[in-house]
Amino acid sequence: MSSSVLYDAPGPKARIRNRIFSVVGALAVLGIVVYAVLRLDAKGQFEPEMWNIFNNAGVRTNIRDGVLTTLKVFALAAVLSLALGALLAVGRLSDHKPVRWFATGFIELFRAVPLLITIYSLWLLFLTYKSELGFSGDGTAFWALVIGLTIYNGSVQAEVLRAGINAVPKGQREAAYALGMSKTQVMVTVLIPQAVRAMLPTIISQLVVTLKDTSLGFVITYEELLYSLQQMAGNIVVNDENPYFPMIVVGGVIYIAMCMALSALATWIERRGRRTKTGIPVADAAQPLAAGDAVDLTTTDAPGGKTD
Amino acid sequence: MNVLLDHLPEFREGFLGTLAITAASAVLALVLGILIAGFRVSPIPPLRAFGTAWVTLLRNTPLTLLFLIAFFVIPQIFFSGTSPFVLAMGALGCYTSSFVCEAVRSGINTVPLGQAEAARSLGMTFSQTLRMIVLPQATRTVLPPLSSIFIALTKNSAIAGAFSVTELFSVSKLLSDKGYAIGWIFLWIALAYLVITFTISGAFRLLERRLEVAR
Repeated sequence: MSSSVLYDAPGPKARIRNRIFSVVGALAVLGIVVYAVLRLDAKGQFEPEMWNIFNNAGVRTNIRDGVLTTLKVFALAAVLSLALGALLAVGRLSDHKPVRWFATGFIELFRAVPLLITIYSLWLLFLTYKSELGFSGDGTAFWALVIGLTIYNGSVQAEVLRAGINAVPKGQREAAYALGMSKTQVMVTVLIPQAVRAMLPTIISQLVVTLKDTSLGFVITYEELLYSLQQMAGNIVVNDENPYFPMIVVGGVIYIAMCMALSALATWIERRGRRTKTGIPVADAAQPLAAGDAVDLTTTDAPGGKTD
Repeated sequence: MNVLLDHLPEFREGFLGTLAITAASAVLALVLGILIAGFRVSPIPPLRAFGTAWVTLLRNTPLTLLFLIAFFVIPQIFFSGTSPFVLAMGALGCYTSSFVCEAVRSGINTVPLGQAEAARSLGMTFSQTLRMIVLPQATRTVLPPLSSIFIALTKNSAIAGAFSVTELFSVSKLLSDKGYAIGWIFLWIALAYLVITFTISGAFRLLERRLEVAR
């Protein structure tokens, strides 16, 4: 662990000092944790009855249903957003000005607006024209969530793909044209496959964002995991207290496990991609995560490069 | 069309609310993020472990869940009766701090090795090296990702509106409840967000140009 350049391999004196700091640091963190635990205990959040609710079949079914609806929304939104992303990326690179402008405008608008507002507006729109659009039951909330996620993440995926397509060496495109391929053929058979391969880690990292954003269904009262957890926590009363803490612990663990599984996949693919030498650099797995879910245009244009 | 003109005060309040919550949580995220980045590169293992846990946990948790924690669990443990604004700021700031931390940490990695080595050979301690040599130089490379992070923060602040903080999303909820067409409300709110995000990216581009030096 002495590989960092920021500090020397500790000598005897520094080792003692580090050990003191270690103990003090650990005690400080521990102190906060212990205080939180004591306070929660005083509120009765650690009573066995409080945690016994998870032995209830109804509670377990609710959580399972919540996970399933979350995954259902995620799966649909992921597939649709990738399709939309490919479409928009091709649109942005089109030779026809109106197509290019439309795609650019669409991407810019929906990337700039908070996803929550897009979803909420769609929801109200669907509610207003419920009968005309043929929605029934919670279909309005479901489709508002799915379509909102699709529009927003599709716009982001489009930028990711575009960066990937631009990163493909120019010779590839020229060679394909020289073979007499049409524009569509060049795009579909030569450029997009290589772009997807180079950008796969970034694409999957953006899927993690999509997965996390399914929890926005909570705001439009769609019954995904977070909403059902909150409903249960609000309705169940144990010893005069609501089991918010147990519910949030369980929900948090489920969310973190799902997201980390996806992130691990991205990292694995990144490491695999580094092994082969194709001349197209494979993107960092954590890129869109590190940059939040909004990627500045100028930074996506040249991955790793300076702006302007 | 008339929504904006009829309800200018509400829109203004929402706009200022979004600015306030964004600015407040940006400051919190920046302070926490730099501190945690310091933890993550420090020679003290418990602090390193704490930093890693902080980033891993917060990056993989939906922000909405953090809001739930802030509004339903935190008042039980620490400060009961805190205003929604402060709670929302805490949730947003902590969530964003994990992204700031990673940006700062990768910025620290771009500072040439020789700089830290030179600082060490002058007898500087870890905190001196970090404070006086490495972080000032890391600032330049950290700026572009920070700009994206703060743009994301602006958009994430909309969730605070669902938790009874006055800002643009709560305004859109209020007005749509009054029966105005959602299309127009959406358009005006979108415009307001565009103004904020363009200002942020413009300000950062200016900063970048100011701090640019030949290496």
